[in-house]
Amino acid sequence: MRPLIDLINIDKVYDNGVVANNGVNFSVKKGEIHALVGENGAGKSTLMKILYGMEKPTEGEIWVNGEQKHFNSSTDAIAATIGMVHQNFMLVPSFTVAENVVLGDEPRKNGLIDRDAVLNITKDLSDQFGLFVQPDAIVNSINVGMRQRVEILKTLYRKAEILILDEPTAVLTPQETDDLFIAIRILVKQGKTVIFITHKLREVKEISDRVTVMRHGKMIGTLDTKDVSREQMANMMVGREVFLDIKKPKIKRGEKRMRVKNLSYVSEIGRQLLRNVNFNLYAGEILGIAGVEGNGQTELVEVLTGLKPAAGGTVLIGDCNILESTPREIRLRKIAHIPEDRLSNGVAVRSTIEENIIVDRYFQKPYRNGLFINRKVVKTECENLIEKFSILTPNGKLPVSSLSGGNMQKVVVAREFSSEPEVLIASQPTRGIDVGSTEFIREQLVEIRSKGTAILLVSADLSEVMSVSDRIVALYEGEITGVFPDASKVSEKELGLYMLGVKQQTYEEMEKYL
Amino acid sequence: MTFETVIQSIFTSLFLVSVIRISTPIIFPALGSLVSVKAGASNKALEGLMLVGAFTGVMVSAYTGNVWLAVLCGMVVAVLISALLAIFHLYLGTDLFIGSLAVNMMCSGGTTFLMYIITGDKGNTGNLASLSVPNVHIPFIKDIPFIGEVLSGHNVFTYLAFFLTFVIYIFLYRTRYGVSLRAVGENPEAATSLGINVKRVRMTALIISGVLSSLGGMNLSMAYLQMFARDMSAGRGWIGLASVSLGGKKPLGTMLAAVLFGFSDAIANQFGSLDIPAQLVTMIPYATTIIALVVYAIQQRRAILSRMKKFQKENEEQLKGAPEKSE
Repeated sequence: MRPLIDLINIDKVYDNGVVANNGVNFSVKKGEIHALVGENGAGKSTLMKILYGMEKPTEGEIWVNGEQKHFNSSTDAIAATIGMVHQNFMLVPSFTVAENVVLGDEPRKNGLIDRDAVLNITKDLSDQFGLFVQPDAIVNSINVGMRQRVEILKTLYRKAEILILDEPTAVLTPQETDDLFIAIRILVKQGKTVIFITHKLREVKEISDRVTVMRHGKMIGTLDTKDVSREQMANMMVGREVFLDIKKPKIKRGEKRMRVKNLSYVSEIGRQLLRNVNFNLYAGEILGIAGVEGNGQTELVEVLTGLKPAAGGTVLIGDCNILESTPREIRLRKIAHIPEDRLSNGVAVRSTIEENIIVDRYFQKPYRNGLFINRKVVKTECENLIEKFSILTPNGKLPVSSLSGGNMQKVVVAREFSSEPEVLIASQPTRGIDVGSTEFIREQLVEIRSKGTAILLVSADLSEVMSVSDRIVALYEGEITGVFPDASKVSEKELGLYMLGVKQQTYEEMEKYL
Repeated sequence: MTFETVIQSIFTSLFLVSVIRISTPIIFPALGSLVSVKAGASNKALEGLMLVGAFTGVMVSAYTGNVWLAVLCGMVVAVLISALLAIFHLYLGTDLFIGSLAVNMMCSGGTTFLMYIITGDKGNTGNLASLSVPNVHIPFIKDIPFIGEVLSGHNVFTYLAFFLTFVIYIFLYRTRYGVSLRAVGENPEAATSLGINVKRVRMTALIISGVLSSLGGMNLSMAYLQMFARDMSAGRGWIGLASVSLGGKKPLGTMLAAVLFGFSDAIANQFGSLDIPAQLVTMIPYATTIIALVVYAIQQRRAILSRMKKFQKENEEQLKGAPEKSE
């Protein structure tokens, strides 16, 4: 049978000379769930942007349903029944769910928008495909899972038969991921075809019929998912053995570096997001925070780094309460921070790699020379860091926006690690980045911990928390529900009970381990 | 005049008439600003566009004797200038604010220059026989005491201003184009991904705001006064801009904010007859606005802090309770 989608010999060379796709052949059969995997920067997103009309291929042919297509914009792709759900959602925040679904093509009566029809259409679509949404809710007030369903409904309203989902699970909780998978299966049952971009191999195994692996802009192969193991896929993606386990030398932890006492935080709308959090960070130890996302981890990190004011409690470095300090004062006390949202807080996207690396130290010697920045020092320093952290770039003068997600994160890590921190607060250090970079960053975390840095690790990836940390605390609804002094001796299942608030240790039980 | 007589004069129909009269030339640029802000391309050339509208209207009416043709020409010139601004901003990458400033200066200087060339006067066109738009006396309502005096007998522009508030509301919230326009303003990427042409929408929005501003200008020169005077917009464009923020970026709110500014202006006029320096009096509306916004901001902050403290207190009580439970 002729494939529904056939991309033949696609080449894409960007204006700045980056080769994103190189002779890629990619075909999708009608009615299948096709996973597209590869490291960040492997060219998956570019390939899908080409299929969705957002980028034009330098060379190659696009065939949809037996017809050759030349897409000038996504409008053409939409007309060819292709729909795409982007990684960063394309919704209008102040509009209702229903208004977003029909945006640009609203049903009309007497020339004016028919508001009842807008709601009904959304409701009908939602029922038909089992994608639960509240049609009259304002998008601002709904959670990420529902926002994603709104995006899917948008494509369905435009009669999409082929749905491209760009890393749909990156922003979802495990429960929401399960719901999404159920929805995808319903879509396929109703005759839709789904292309699923991801780099979580467990999900590939769980949801897809076939899988295509890309590496460095080339297609490595397309296989039936049932015939390939996770380890094989990982090897195809990175072209070498991946160690999913981390080698961690046993060392004795040192002195207390940071003491957090009765820390509380209340949001601007009055929600108590942290309740009397107590723990200590020790030199040479990684403390992992295990918790389902949205249980106060984000707020904990932002309060500790001076980005949000605490409602009560103290955070002591030596004898100084840093809750009174500005973010820069905190940084000058050798506390480094890898922020959770790399694009908005980790890097300045339009600034160069060099500028991003020196942004926390340009005002100090030797980077400063009188009133001016000492460019020579900056250049050599940055070149060293680019090499040490294997950031894939021709030079440090390029804007960070030219890098892939994984390499962007390496810029953040290079900055934070090279400031020789005594305390490192790492929030989602490997979220949304490729296997190679993930492995590298985890190794680096362990390395600086072994050199004596105290690390607080917050991650939505439970296996990361368990394999990288020395000690773990579970956070549930802003409270510490359990502490596990030896991370290697706790099971995922046990930890889950504390993360979900099913079990709870008393303060007396926890006290000596916090 | 004593203070009491000033206060008394505020409670007359004449005072309300003057509030409406003074508000009208603020409502037009305010609505214009609203449309451009909603499209994510805030037009700050309202002052300049008001001036060209006012000037063109006076000139065309004086030389053709046709008041409606004059209004049409005023609008057309505003379309051309705002389209120019839009092209510079959207297609040639000029910063919109800088472009707007350039338009404001060009219009201020240009109208004065042309006025001097044509009439030989640099101050105003008082020596030209320009026309004004007619006043409207609403049947029945005009005969109701007080209400009739307040609501009837205004010029065409005044009724148009209030009517346009309603039209703009329908446009922004009930038409496909208006909804797209708001989407462009909030999330241009999302709009693009749905095939909405962001540049074209913003171009339209800037032109609409230009036309609305020109109506405000003609309201000044063809109703409020019957001549063009140098820089006669006198900050009303900027006040219109402020009305949008004060009005919560909604049509009705914007209109009400513009009326509030008109109200303070009218009060300032009344106080002008007292023995107080005129400069102090004209500060009243602006000072009121600043104070109102500061008070609002402080209250917001306090509310947040007190909520935080309240939660903290509850929390401490919980903590005190905790060891007892475990004992």
